[in-house]
Amino acid sequence: MIEHLPALMIAIPLFGAFVAPLFKKKQNLAAVWAILITAVTVGLSLLLMYQVRLNGVIVYVFGADRPTLVLPSGYKVPIRIMFEIDGIGAFMAISATLMSFIGALYSYSHVKAESGLEKYYALLLLLEVGILGMVLTGDLFNLFVFLEIAGIAGSALVGFRNYRGEASEAGIKYLIVSAVASLMVLFAIGILYGEYGNLNLAYISKQVSFNTLDMIAFGLLFTSFAMKCGSVPMHYWVPDAYTEVPAGINPVLLVSTYASLYALFRVSFTLFANISISLARVGWIMSVLGVLTMFIGVTMALVQKDVKRLMSYHAISQTGYMLLGVGVGLTVLHDPKALAEFGKTAMAGGIFHIINHIIYKSLLLMTAGALFYVTGTRNLNEMGGLARKMPITTLCFIVGAAAISGLPPFNGFASKFLIYESSYRLNPLLAVFAMVTSILTLASFVKVFASAFLGPPLEKFENAKEVPKPMIVAMVILALLCILFGLFPDVVLDKLVYPAVDALIRIAQYQTWGGLA
Amino acid sequence: MSGEVFVNFPFIIVALLLAIGFYTIGFKRNLIKVVIGIEILEGAVNLFLVALGYVKGGYAPIYTLAPPEAANPQNMVLPTPQALTLTSIVIGVAVSALMLAFAVNIYKHYGTLDVTKIRRLRG
Repeated sequence: MIEHLPALMIAIPLFGAFVAPLFKKKQNLAAVWAILITAVTVGLSLLLMYQVRLNGVIVYVFGADRPTLVLPSGYKVPIRIMFEIDGIGAFMAISATLMSFIGALYSYSHVKAESGLEKYYALLLLLEVGILGMVLTGDLFNLFVFLEIAGIAGSALVGFRNYRGEASEAGIKYLIVSAVASLMVLFAIGILYGEYGNLNLAYISKQVSFNTLDMIAFGLLFTSFAMKCGSVPMHYWVPDAYTEVPAGINPVLLVSTYASLYALFRVSFTLFANISISLARVGWIMSVLGVLTMFIGVTMALVQKDVKRLMSYHAISQTGYMLLGVGVGLTVLHDPKALAEFGKTAMAGGIFHIINHIIYKSLLLMTAGALFYVTGTRNLNEMGGLARKMPITTLCFIVGAAAISGLPPFNGFASKFLIYESSYRLNPLLAVFAMVTSILTLASFVKVFASAFLGPPLEKFENAKEVPKPMIVAMVILALLCILFGLFPDVVLDKLVYPAVDALIRIAQYQTWGGLA
Repeated sequence: MSGEVFVNFPFIIVALLLAIGFYTIGFKRNLIKVVIGIEILEGAVNLFLVALGYVKGGYAPIYTLAPPEAANPQNMVLPTPQALTLTSIVIGVAVSALMLAFAVNIYKHYGTLDVTKIRRLRG
């Protein structure tokens, strides 16, 4: 049972996704079913992390008579589909399952009035399958397949409110971007297969010699994944998609974006880790992209009137922090002294920021969804005085806004501080940009707070009430996580983040297929 | 020399198709044509994969009842790229169906397929 854990991680949500359309007549049951399935996957992913911490890299081979069998007799290289899970894979799996659970819980009341909910929950579970597959797989082609699954399910969810033209517009934008990006990923995979005759990540990373063809493949992979994770200059699809998607899907869609970020890290750190000189240059590109992303994202956010669109631009801006942190680490990857001094800290900051950002940005987007649920509008100029009517939402918003601006007791501070500290060592300018971005972030959230929650109560919201319980529960869980992660960052860093960083740095461990070969 | 060109012929076509595909996505205003551009890109990538595994004068990659000289791996067309291509074709069908569905829905709401006019989301 326990040795089949990696397969179950995919099998259970996939089973859930295919059963969900059967609840056509009883749409409430579909919601309960989705909550149940996602809750089970949360447990499984925690178990997976425990196993990884206990036994190191887990290798699971599909279709072998024993899961531990890596090399079928007579072959020198693995030819089967493999899952290879190390610290960062398990870390991303925890983020993905947790956010799917929160999203399903929130959706229970948020989309109750819509029709076709059994398909909504089927797509939600499929999106989860796509993300989990992307972060757990050890096979390049598998990565492409799961990337497409996540892309299709995600864009179908973006266009879920198909009675609105805007939803279809955002959906087709997202789909075109993800289709082109994943086709280019497939093209790069074709190049690598043509050269090395294998699709296994660990195997190719051992063989890679970085000739011209490899460079083309690396460039294609880097650009495509940067496009899919919404880094500047390919960020234009993010605000549309995040704005139009129902707020319950926002957490899952965020994680699916960061699954592409994970793929970017995996490609840079594992697949092409052996090229020592150019890698520093790649790291610089990643850091500069990060700085540009955070700065352009936040300046675009300042001028928005639509509350969800404003927060979506912040999502772009925060992606920049992750790129910066991990980019700094990548720059000094082959310099052991600098790596020990600040490189590891920077990467820990970047990776810690992934889970922190997923938590508080989901919280913020959910409060925006709650505002929409109550007022029926997303325009900030038409809201006002909602603080008394929706006290819990207001509190959750304050926690989220404080966290995203990096105020001390909340989780945003914990990871941003690591990034400031360490990027300063590489180049002080990077840290300066990061701090300015934080201040601008705070400024734009003060704007939202003042126009939506403060001010005189408006007459048309006389009968506004707090949102239903499942939405509140989902938001309160996230707010508590914000505070907990902020108060005890060391626990999270030790248990989750540093294993993930070590997994990225120790490439040799990944290449050995779990002690075999 | 001419033999070399013939060997590389599929790859020249791949490059050509990629160029046409990107041109169509970038410069055509009709949404359906953009979708067709993505289909062309997909055709290029699929052709690339199949051409990678092709062995001139090779045998089909089926082991049952294969002639003895096919047992040498050098004489057999690579099976993996063909499997990859099949998977990618199936995925491509799903993607294009979804894109066309979105296009139909957009036409219903906006009354046009001109991408320069479908711009309610901006800023």
